[in-house]
Amino acid sequence: MNGYARPAGRKGIRNVVVVAYLVECAHHVAREIALAYRQRGVHLIGFPGCFPNAYADRIMRQVTTHPNVGAVLLVSLGCESFDRGGLAETVAASGRPVHTVVIQASGGTTASIAEGRNWVEKALQSLAATPRVPIDLSELVVGVICGGSDATSGLTANPAVGRASDLLIEQGATVIFEETGELIGCEKFMAARAASTELGREIIASVEKAARYYTAYGHGSFAPGNAEGGLTTIEEKSLGAYSKSGRSTICGLIKPGEVPPRGGLHLMDVVPDGEPRFGFPNISDNAEIVEMIASGAHVTLFTTGRGSVVGSAISPVIKVCANPETWRRMGEDMDINAGRILDCAADLDEVGREIFDCVVKTSAGQPTRSEALGHQEFILTYK
Amino acid sequence: MTNPDDPRLLRLAEEDNVCAVRSVVPLGESIRIAGVEYPVTAEIPTGHKIAVRPIAAGEKVVKYGAPIGSATRPIQPGDYVHTHNLKSDYLPTYTRQSGKHHLD
Repeated sequence: MNGYARPAGRKGIRNVVVVAYLVECAHHVAREIALAYRQRGVHLIGFPGCFPNAYADRIMRQVTTHPNVGAVLLVSLGCESFDRGGLAETVAASGRPVHTVVIQASGGTTASIAEGRNWVEKALQSLAATPRVPIDLSELVVGVICGGSDATSGLTANPAVGRASDLLIEQGATVIFEETGELIGCEKFMAARAASTELGREIIASVEKAARYYTAYGHGSFAPGNAEGGLTTIEEKSLGAYSKSGRSTICGLIKPGEVPPRGGLHLMDVVPDGEPRFGFPNISDNAEIVEMIASGAHVTLFTTGRGSVVGSAISPVIKVCANPETWRRMGEDMDINAGRILDCAADLDEVGREIFDCVVKTSAGQPTRSEALGHQEFILTYK
Repeated sequence: MTNPDDPRLLRLAEEDNVCAVRSVVPLGESIRIAGVEYPVTAEIPTGHKIAVRPIAAGEKVVKYGAPIGSATRPIQPGDYVHTHNLKSDYLPTYTRQSGKHHLD
């Protein structure tokens, strides 16, 4: 399979122009710029806050220099506190074309939209010449998450993704799983799979921190739909979620925005250190996907039982449907039908292999269902 | 020899005292568990849990070979197992009902 060469560093599997608003006040202008090119690989991302936040700053630097991104347009109102100069320098240092529209300096909405579109037009022309180079599975970072989970998630889609994860890791790929708040009850199993006893201790500490954090909010990472779908407790949801990690050795614990230094299976510690400050660690599934992308994920495997429709800006999302009833109802949104395991029409190994093959095809350029349907969700908030 | 378990049961680990069901088990049917027929006392939707052993109040409910919480009342084989008879040992479960309370 062929990827996209980048001037410095990792290769991409998509060649996206991102238009990034740096405060909610610039959102409309950024959206108007990006919408005109939505069919041509121009994605809208952004951060809504006016006040500085080290986490958001780090994530924005990471996603705008992601291997799938070829060029970056920043849209600033002008008076917000986001370090737009620092972000533009980071992008420029990565060898990518970057331009900043400052609405207050450009003369308002209409002039800013025109300036932005003019730049995007040129960026698209220059990106068409991006060199294609062979990319190997060992260069790939794959995130695995679950969302809209029900009782079937942990029976079919999650363990099948675990099989796919093991196959990818055998080929040298990097796989990241996450949500320490959804691994409550699994910490001892994970510690036993850690590459070192020291890492095992760190994993246990990260889950204990998550349990404390969620206790402060009065409930766990558990939506009412989870219970309606037959999941009774956070431990049960966790055990099902945990099976996404397969059987490989856990070789590292990373923070959101940290790219794993080597291949193999990594756990992302999504809960901030210290006292709870800005609310829930991840307010929705797309917040998790954004963190995966910030940690380098070229592709995200997303398992769902209840039935999610989301995709993402920047990196494709492959949806693995756990529930055969959901597949019948929402099949157009799903890439893989893992629910047939429940019907005894396939086993975990077969579906695991199918997911692996889907990662390969997606990396070679085949659009996922959410890409074909135009999904480009992105959310970034304070943490 | 016939299968000791109804084919709708999905046993995840030998030591489990609950199983998942592969498809809906309607109220009023009976279900074979380890060679014994038990009455189904509530409809069990796809993927949800059914008890396959007697579980005392306070006893751990085990699925995937690991505890998923404790029984809040005695549970018989064939019973539907969910929020009405099982609670977390870590964090209370958030439902739409408890959510309303949460927002008050």
